[in-house]
Amino acid sequence: MRGMPQSLEQLFALDGLIQDDEREIAKAVRHFVDERVRPHIAEWFDTGEVPARELTKELGELGVLGMHLDGYGCAGLSATTYGLACQELEAGDSGIRSLVSVQGSLAMYSIHAYGSEEQKQEWLPRMAAGDAIGCFGLTEPDFGSNPGGMRTRAKKDGEDWVLNGTKMWITNGTVADVAVVWAQTDEKVRGFVVPTDTPGFSAPEIKRKMSLRASVTAELVLEDVRLPASAVLPEVQGLRGPLGALSEARFGIIFGAMGAARDCLETAISYAQDRQVFDKSLASYQLTQAKLADMALELGKGQLLALHLGRLKDSGTITPEQVSVGKLNNTREAIAIARQCRTILAANGITLEYPVIRHANNLESVLTYEGTSEVHQLVIGKALTGAEAFR
Amino acid sequence: MNIVVCVKYVPDAQGDRTFNEDNTTDRANVDGLLSELDEYAVEAALKIVEAGEGEVTVVTVGPEQAADALKKALQMGADKAVHVSDEAIHGSDAVATSLVLAEAVKKIGSPDLVLTGLSSTDGTMSVVPAMLAERLGLPQVTQVSTLEVADGTVKGRRDGDAVSESLEASLPALVSVTDQINEPRYPSFKGIMAAKKKPVETWSLADLGVDAGQVGLDAAWTKVESFAQRPPREQGEIVTDEGDGGTKLAEFLAAQKFV
Ligand SMILES: Cc1cc2nc3c(=O)[nH]c(=O)nc-3n(C[C@H](O)[C@H](O)[C@H](O)COP(=O)(O)OP(=O)(O)OC[C@H]3O[C@@H](n4cnc5c(N)ncnc54)[C@H](O)[C@@H]3O)c2cc1C
Ligand SMILES: Cc1cc2nc3c(=O)[nH]c(=O)nc-3n(C[C@H](O)[C@H](O)[C@H](O)COP(=O)(O)OP(=O)(O)OC[C@H]3O[C@@H](n4cnc5c(N)ncnc54)[C@H](O)[C@@H]3O)c2cc1C
Repeated sequence: MRGMPQSLEQLFALDGLIQDDEREIAKAVRHFVDERVRPHIAEWFDTGEVPARELTKELGELGVLGMHLDGYGCAGLSATTYGLACQELEAGDSGIRSLVSVQGSLAMYSIHAYGSEEQKQEWLPRMAAGDAIGCFGLTEPDFGSNPGGMRTRAKKDGEDWVLNGTKMWITNGTVADVAVVWAQTDEKVRGFVVPTDTPGFSAPEIKRKMSLRASVTAELVLEDVRLPASAVLPEVQGLRGPLGALSEARFGIIFGAMGAARDCLETAISYAQDRQVFDKSLASYQLTQAKLADMALELGKGQLLALHLGRLKDSGTITPEQVSVGKLNNTREAIAIARQCRTILAANGITLEYPVIRHANNLESVLTYEGTSEVHQLVIGKALTGAEAFR
Repeated sequence: MNIVVCVKYVPDAQGDRTFNEDNTTDRANVDGLLSELDEYAVEAALKIVEAGEGEVTVVTVGPEQAADALKKALQMGADKAVHVSDEAIHGSDAVATSLVLAEAVKKIGSPDLVLTGLSSTDGTMSVVPAMLAERLGLPQVTQVSTLEVADGTVKGRRDGDAVSESLEASLPALVSVTDQINEPRYPSFKGIMAAKKKPVETWSLADLGVDAGQVGLDAAWTKVESFAQRPPREQGEIVTDEGDGGTKLAEFLAAQKFV
């Protein structure tokens, strides 16, 4: 028996949970991805070269950059809308979503939340328009999950600050006009707004990645980088600063990961319908259907969770533990879906002709950055037991 | 410079085309959108106004859902919209559509320029622009791939198979544009949010002083008697070359009147 197939969206009736504005914005992002990302993404991934500056400009024109922030040329939209935009971007590629996360939720958010009026005026309108690119330097070669151990130092010299140290795995590093760099001072960790043309600043690109290849990743080297007193982010001290920004970006990933998973599952379903094995379509075998059904459940549940967390964030009540719940579940399920979809596409699944292995490989990074799965397990574990198991 | 752009709401060509019991196109129960060819007219209007000053008003004649076409045009940047909607319009032909549009354009005010697409993507007759120009008593510059407005005139180039014509008319005028004229913008978030606050007026035939008897299915000059799905394509003829392949090919082409 053949019936009219339903879409994944219909299966969970997700559309009814989304408001008109949110749908319009998501549609605009989907259109952008169809026009500007999909036709080129395999090549960008293959060559490891992405026209980041051009894309940033176009994303700025669309209105995506810092879209959930208010004022300074930002669109001032809700967190849920931002999430839905991330979902569409990551359905294209996690690397493109990363560019947007780092620009909007890490670099712009830090300046918006912790910056001086002067810093905001100088950077935010240009960053929202896509005329300036930002990066966010927290991780170091020896300190990832435990950024509190960082070795990058900022020392007072008269009125100036002098920064020394190395940051590692910094998205947008080589193309950035401005870096938000976190450094240890004699007292607490402070954030610095560093124009990347400051003498002593360099950003060698990290090559030979097998994941997030359509995204620029760099090392930041700071050698006696001298900054005026006005370069420090005045409104925050301690790790609370970078962790607050990370929580913002993590939120986008909760939606984003489901975008990558959705793209894989849609690809796998249509592939299975077309592919003939042993004289009938791959989609008509029970084993295939069991896989598809299980994946659809995880996708739908993950999307429901994302929307729920979006509403919580918009109501101002979301907690960091809840963000961890979303990040852990949705990245973990997304990579499982991507890998399972790869089995349905079999040999075709390992090529860049289809998006599946690209998403699966990208999701390895997404699983790791913004807090590894293990770190989020520890956050949730602590929330449940009250016992801290980090050290 | 005040510009009115006529935009049509058409069934999404990706979906299945369905018909009503009275043999009219089902426009109400299918996914529809702003006719893609009309996006070029909207873009052309926006470019002119952005380079100078004035206002872009978009107008559609169509069912309730046609508001979607207006919304898209407003998101792109049009300033206001007029929706002519009336049960009696159902089944109207091009003659009636142009009558309703003409009255709507008059009520909007006397624009300097009326812009339309090359043709709708569903009816595809390309006659509404000419009919509308006649009714409004405006010079018509149709099917142009360039458009220049200066010193009270409008100039455009109409590209034919063999020749390109340069056309010029005094303003006010009606111009229909092709898909070669520009690259229509896609709405930005700002455009999407701003569109929600832009004025949309809905007018009935009575508002326009049009008698219901002049429009609709019964007033149409032509009537659709019946319709049928196009039969699936037949498999092509395969000629095995036994030395006479060339001759057979030539015979086939001659039979199809290609040579
Ligand atoms: C493509 C990419 C882009 C990135 N972009 C940025 C960026 O823009 N800015 C930035 O600052 N950083 C960025 N990062 C860095 C990222 O945030 C870190 O890689 C991440 O925090 C993990 O740090 P690590 O790699 O040093 O792993 P480690 O901290 O060395 O962890 C190694 C393993 O140990 C586990 N582990 C750690 N602590 C514990 C514990 N207490 N108990 C049990 N297990 C534990 C981890 O989960 C992991 O499995 C990026 C990374 C990648 C891959
Ligand atoms: C024999 C025949 C029978 C038909 N029967 C039916 C029928 O039963 N049911 C039915 O729904 N349709 C029917 N139509 C189609 C209907 O007549 C046309 O949709 C309508 O008259 C407009 O013509 P068009 O779509 O070809 O526009 P075109 O002349 O191709 O359009 C050119 C431009 O005019 C403007 N324009 C056209 N229509 C509108 C509009 N409504 N609002 C605003 N701007 C507009 C747009 O700018 C467009 O780009 C029939 C057409 C024919 C020829």
